[in-house]
Amino acid sequence: MPQSRLTGSRIRERRLYLGQKQAALARGVGISAAYLNLIEHNRRRIGGKLLNDLARALSVDPVQLTEGAEDALVGSLRDAAVRLPDASAELDKVEDLAGRFPGWTGLIAAQHRRIQELELSVETLSDRLAHDPHLAASLHEVISTVTAIRSTASILSDGADIDPEWQKRFLRNMREESRRLSSSAQGLVDYLDAGDELEATPLVPQEELVAFLDEHDFHFSTLEGGELELGERVSALIAGTDKLQSNEARQIAHAWLERYVADAMDLPIDEFVAAWDQHPGDIARLVRQFGSSIPQVLRRVTTLPESDGQSRNVGLLQCDGAGAITFRKPVAGFPLPRFGAGCPLWPLYTALARPGLPVSALVEMGARTPKKFRCMAYAGPVGEMSFDAPPILEVTMLILPEDETNPFEGEAIRAGSSCRVCAREHCPARREPSILTGRTGEGT
Amino acid sequence: MIQMTDRNSDQLAEKGSDSEETRRTARQVLVIEDEPNIIEAISFILSRDGWTVSTHSNGETAVEAVRRVAPDALILDVMLPGRSGYDILQDLRADVATRDIPVLMLTARGQKNDRELAERLGVNLFMTKPFSNAEVLENLRQIVGS
Repeated sequence: MPQSRLTGSRIRERRLYLGQKQAALARGVGISAAYLNLIEHNRRRIGGKLLNDLARALSVDPVQLTEGAEDALVGSLRDAAVRLPDASAELDKVEDLAGRFPGWTGLIAAQHRRIQELELSVETLSDRLAHDPHLAASLHEVISTVTAIRSTASILSDGADIDPEWQKRFLRNMREESRRLSSSAQGLVDYLDAGDELEATPLVPQEELVAFLDEHDFHFSTLEGGELELGERVSALIAGTDKLQSNEARQIAHAWLERYVADAMDLPIDEFVAAWDQHPGDIARLVRQFGSSIPQVLRRVTTLPESDGQSRNVGLLQCDGAGAITFRKPVAGFPLPRFGAGCPLWPLYTALARPGLPVSALVEMGARTPKKFRCMAYAGPVGEMSFDAPPILEVTMLILPEDETNPFEGEAIRAGSSCRVCAREHCPARREPSILTGRTGEGT
Repeated sequence: MIQMTDRNSDQLAEKGSDSEETRRTARQVLVIEDEPNIIEAISFILSRDGWTVSTHSNGETAVEAVRRVAPDALILDVMLPGRSGYDILQDLRADVATRDIPVLMLTARGQKNDRELAERLGVNLFMTKPFSNAEVLENLRQIVGS
């Protein structure tokens, strides 16, 4: 019985805590020191009177010495150890450990659970593509209809004589199958779109931040215009959401909102909206007009309020001096990787290599219907500058999608999202193969 | 002349329409597939190529149909209602009466595992949807010739 074995460890802990000598305690309850030693090392089970005597001598409830809330804990620790055999955890000491350090072992168990959850979610995500029954059924449907269409079409078009009756029949089949194909293809698209939303459970603080900002459409009217109680208002916003689950997320949200407040003071909302609506996209003009910095204007554009009930369709990316993406406000048609670095062709990274120089470029993302985006990026130091320390760089890139009625003119950089999910062939900037191009090495 | 198949039944395309003479000389192929328009297209091109075509679209009764028709070759879809093409193939290979019938399998997936399974079960050839009509004819001739 694991509890009774753990009891020894707890007796020892308690005795050492009280600073009692083993011999003294043994004498107090009328047993030999050697016997107590065996008990304390979980080599002898005890119960009944001796347990009660020891508990009294140690001034604790006997239940505290025997009760094993650790049962589940020990099980979980064992499970964790078995899954990572390379760590060579001392399995025979697991009860000792749980008895002596309930806090730390609780942490190990909790992390073990967390790892399992994460493994499960990774598996689920990859299984979705490989084994999803709905996806498989939809694809099967698409392939069946395509097979029928291809076969029928080639009968109709191979030039051989066909009885008019048959011809009519095949034409009808084609019509029928085409209709089926378009509805199953639509179903597939709907399903994959829904998948986008499912996937959006935040995993890192930055994602929690974006979920929180998204809830407010990136605009906070309570932080505009006023100068009073802004700190309280920021705190109230953070306290009033369930999107910011972790402390880290609340911390970065706090920093983000404080910056928002500063931007809002320098670039008053009414004037800024008027100026933007008059010359949309003209960042240089706004910088001149408000005498502010380029990154500040780029950020401010991202937080403009809705216009005519429509949220402003702009994206923002920020990275640090190492190129790690620190902030992302997504915009439709410009897929951003959830983790890791983005496309090396993005102007974001061009700007990183040329701090202090504004970079503007058209970017075409490799989607099915390629859309162009005007990207404006600027890298500059943040925080205090010093002669003795490297500058801390921050790059900010605004992403403006093209207006369908008034498309962007000119050559665009053919970029993508992250290499794993980018299908562009012969890209000189590729750093790893794509999972989208053929498994057998054939291109698509 | 080719007769149209009735979509709602498993009746044989050629049943009762052709002379006994044709039936004896033309080679017979049984198509087990559940998509009516694929059945129709395949039946048409095979008939035009000189085959006598029978069709069946239920997985559960497929083995029975093969025994009844005793075709010279079988085109077998993997995804069938009731029973998978793999199970059917396994049964056919276990029965003396049907073990030597050449089988051309159709599948919507071309994955390695599927191919391996089909090969282990004794398929003669494997064809991935969508296919061209010429491929069907060529593969069918190949398995009958072999």
